[in-house]
Amino acid sequence: MTEQATSVGYERQAYDVVIVGAGGAGLRAAIAAHDAGARTAIVCKSLLGKAHTVMAEGGIAAAMGNVWPDDGWQVHFRDTMRGGKMLNNWRMAQLHAQESPDRVRELEEWGALFDRTPEGLISQRDFGGHRFARLAHVGDRTGLEMIRTLQQRAVALGIDVFMECTVTRVLLDQSGGEARVAGAFGYWRESGRFIVFDAPAVILATGGIGKSYKVTSNSWEYTGDGHTLALEAGARLLNMEFVQFHPTGMVWPPSVRGILVTESVRGDGGVLRNSEGRRFMFDAIPEFFKSETADSEEEADRWYNDKKANRRPPELLPRDEVARAINSEVKAGRGSPHGGVFLDIASRHDAEYIQRRLPSMYHQFKELADVDITAEPMEVGPTCHYVMGGVEVEPDTAQSGVPGLYAAGEVAGGMHGSNRLGGNSLSDLLVFGRRAGLNAAYYVGRVSRTGSRPQVDPEDVRRAADAALLPFDGVGDENPYAVQHDLQDVMHSLVGIVRRQDEMEEALVQIEKLRERVRRVTVEGHRQYNPGWHLALDLRNMLRVSECIARAALERTESRGGHTRDDYPMTDHDWATVNLVCRLADPSAGEAVEVVRQPLPQMPAELRSLFEEK
Amino acid sequence: MGYDITMRVWRGDAGGGALQDYVVDVEEGEVVLDAVHRLQATQVGDLAVRWNCKAGKCGSCSAEINGRPRLMCMTRLSTFEAGETITVTPLRTFPVIRDLVTDVSYNYEKAKTLPAFAPVPRDADGNYRMAQVDVQRGQEFRKCIECFLCQTVCHVIRDHDDNKPAFSGPRMFLRYAELDMHPLDTNDRRRLAKDAAGLGMCNITKCCTEVCPENIKITDNAIIPLKERVVDRSYDPLVWLGSKIRRRDQRSEPPPTPPPTTR
Ligand SMILES: Cc1cc2nc3c(=O)[nH]c(=O)nc-3n(C[C@H](O)[C@H](O)[C@H](O)COP(=O)(O)OP(=O)(O)OC[C@H]3O[C@@H](n4cnc5c(N)ncnc54)[C@H](O)[C@@H]3O)c2cc1C
Ligand code: SF4
Ligand code: SF4
Ligand code: FES
Repeated sequence: MTEQATSVGYERQAYDVVIVGAGGAGLRAAIAAHDAGARTAIVCKSLLGKAHTVMAEGGIAAAMGNVWPDDGWQVHFRDTMRGGKMLNNWRMAQLHAQESPDRVRELEEWGALFDRTPEGLISQRDFGGHRFARLAHVGDRTGLEMIRTLQQRAVALGIDVFMECTVTRVLLDQSGGEARVAGAFGYWRESGRFIVFDAPAVILATGGIGKSYKVTSNSWEYTGDGHTLALEAGARLLNMEFVQFHPTGMVWPPSVRGILVTESVRGDGGVLRNSEGRRFMFDAIPEFFKSETADSEEEADRWYNDKKANRRPPELLPRDEVARAINSEVKAGRGSPHGGVFLDIASRHDAEYIQRRLPSMYHQFKELADVDITAEPMEVGPTCHYVMGGVEVEPDTAQSGVPGLYAAGEVAGGMHGSNRLGGNSLSDLLVFGRRAGLNAAYYVGRVSRTGSRPQVDPEDVRRAADAALLPFDGVGDENPYAVQHDLQDVMHSLVGIVRRQDEMEEALVQIEKLRERVRRVTVEGHRQYNPGWHLALDLRNMLRVSECIARAALERTESRGGHTRDDYPMTDHDWATVNLVCRLADPSAGEAVEVVRQPLPQMPAELRSLFEEK
Repeated sequence: MGYDITMRVWRGDAGGGALQDYVVDVEEGEVVLDAVHRLQATQVGDLAVRWNCKAGKCGSCSAEINGRPRLMCMTRLSTFEAGETITVTPLRTFPVIRDLVTDVSYNYEKAKTLPAFAPVPRDADGNYRMAQVDVQRGQEFRKCIECFLCQTVCHVIRDHDDNKPAFSGPRMFLRYAELDMHPLDTNDRRRLAKDAAGLGMCNITKCCTEVCPENIKITDNAIIPLKERVVDRSYDPLVWLGSKIRRRDQRSEPPPTPPPTTR
């Protein structure tokens, strides 16, 4: 099947559905597309099983009701919408809440071994923003269990995987008037050779953007590739101003700054204290959550065993609230020695319990920070963790505005509104990964029946190859690592947790300068496994996404969820029904991103009534 | 607070290469991977290295540090003597692609040869029921982050490429053991053990267990029980069926020893 084209030299492969990304969303999509009869391929930048999903710790949110029979999809739906400050796409939130229990059970059928309740059912743990203990988990390595299960299933089904292969362009067929997907272009990291996939459907499952920030829990892969691929193919990005800073990242030593400390520490009873020993979260309960949050330590402590008669501890407020509170505590001079606050579980549980419930946290602190979390508190502070913004998709099918282009997982937007609840990502991957896979396969079926499979334009392939080789042409003396470092500084200090108009305007100026510098990047060496070259290409995507974040954040003159403004500190009713959408004015030529306002879809009355009781 | 260290890093590709000396400026609390990254960012931009999580969770950054297979992200610089040269080389058992990156496809190919998990039907209410004690055994094995350090250290294949076709390695034995002990799996357990490719070539040196960053007791908890199954019982479908059924309703008990079978 492989053939060599003459001019640029590339390998060629043909599939029905090509999935870009092998995290939870990509793998689940592949399984679904395969099961629906499509010839399916997965492409990923790292080795199979190393995607971000492997790092997820706490659990998968699903209202199975194994621990609290009162739980159900309506409660989960309500929690999700409230956590997102009502800016979520209601239909996505509904599908997610309804379907996640089945998606979790399905993992068991494929070999997953979740922790159990005494009755032998899947155990569920507490997490921020969730009214009931709802996260299916395996100690604090749930993501590993999930990715391994899906990976082993995909291997058993014989799905083709192209590992260490980076997609740099979605190829379109423009011949029929409306542009539609024709395939994808990429390069093998190992050899630097190009590869062209002919495929009527492409599913983006590329994850997030966190590598544009200085302090982050995200890996080198999170350069916003899928976001950029979608924009450049003519699709639109939604909610890009909302970036989640997880309240608890490690702060010391500098080498591990940003590495995640799972929310399960708080779910399992850990509390936050400032340098004066005070549980400062009691001073930071916002009006919106007052009625459901404990106002005394006694009530908070009783909640772990009796959720009906007591309200939730403030440490388990949604992440945006906790991150902001930590930020202010540190600014007020009540932080820990290395600029964080204290997270204490040692005084709350015995060592055996902590080691059993949080083995990888125990290991991580012991090995990397010389801290024994069963005996002393951890030092933690906010870290860039997740992007709520992403490709705008049709909720039921996961299709973007471009026929044949789908998106699922962190790269898709809408589901989490302005702030994601912990545990809702892993379930999102399963629910919408499956929907994307099925619908992409159905779409290809329809295309095949009409006998009009799209064709890749060789001219597009040549352009994509030229763009990929640009950094070798050596017109400047910029080092890609230095440019990346400076971009991370800009985003961290000017478009970070707390934002201001003048700073964001400055960020946009800086981003423009960085774009100039990227044009002058020259890489050493040759095309074989050359990280400098890979980064030079990724940088373009990081700039694109950073620009979207800054522009949308500048436009939204209020504070909500993962978007906090110093100059507009209040949540504004007028903004409650507005989504911001980023698109390229002219995808084929334009660099310029434009931001447009669009009304939020209104939820039907029967769902709205869920918010009126109590 | 920064200080300098000397590093020797293997650079080259399938055609050959050599150790190169570098002086790298590092900070307190850093790990070997930080030093490699600093080298990459400031001195040799095309230095090839794999990594993802930087927290010992993904198993990407495996290399040999002063001859010992380890994760670069979990090896603190403070564990070396002041002035000690830190030598970083690619995993020896797998073919080099470039610098510290090796071709680990052997492991992915072996994974394809495993029988798929095949569960019993669900209970009437759509759930599976398993006791925590029963899942715990498999959970130990499923902690594996696929760093392949155990694979690279195993002497059966470390310097013997010719053994690779017949031998799947400790990582895969773990998978066989996991299926074997999975409370829901219906694969024929005896045959699983028998088919665990090349199990007989393992002579229980325990080197794999020693390097496992997840502290999985690969030899004691996976390989030895599997071996026992192969040596002292031959396949008898009736006995197997019996043990399977009893196992399902007595889940916290180890499987009963079947009566000696005809040989
Ligand atoms: C430390 C940590 C802990 C977390 N804990 C939890 C938790 O407990 N619960 C929860 O619900 N969520 C958690 N999250 C969030 C959640 O893990 C992620 O949002 C989720 O795993 C993203 O999955 P994904 O499938 O969208 O993408 P990923 O798993 O990140 O996969 C992205 C894939 O896309 C590939 N890719 C990217 N760009 C390209 C390209 N250009 N070409 C080819 N391939 C490409 C990558 O190689 C990778 O395979 C956590 C996140 C982190 C970082
Ligand atoms: S115990 Fe067996 S599998 Fe492990 S290293 Fe020794 S020979 Fe290899
Ligand atoms: S068993 Fe241990 S050493 Fe082997 S691959 Fe898994 S984690 Fe690595
Ligand atoms: S980078 Fe993930 S284990 Fe080292």
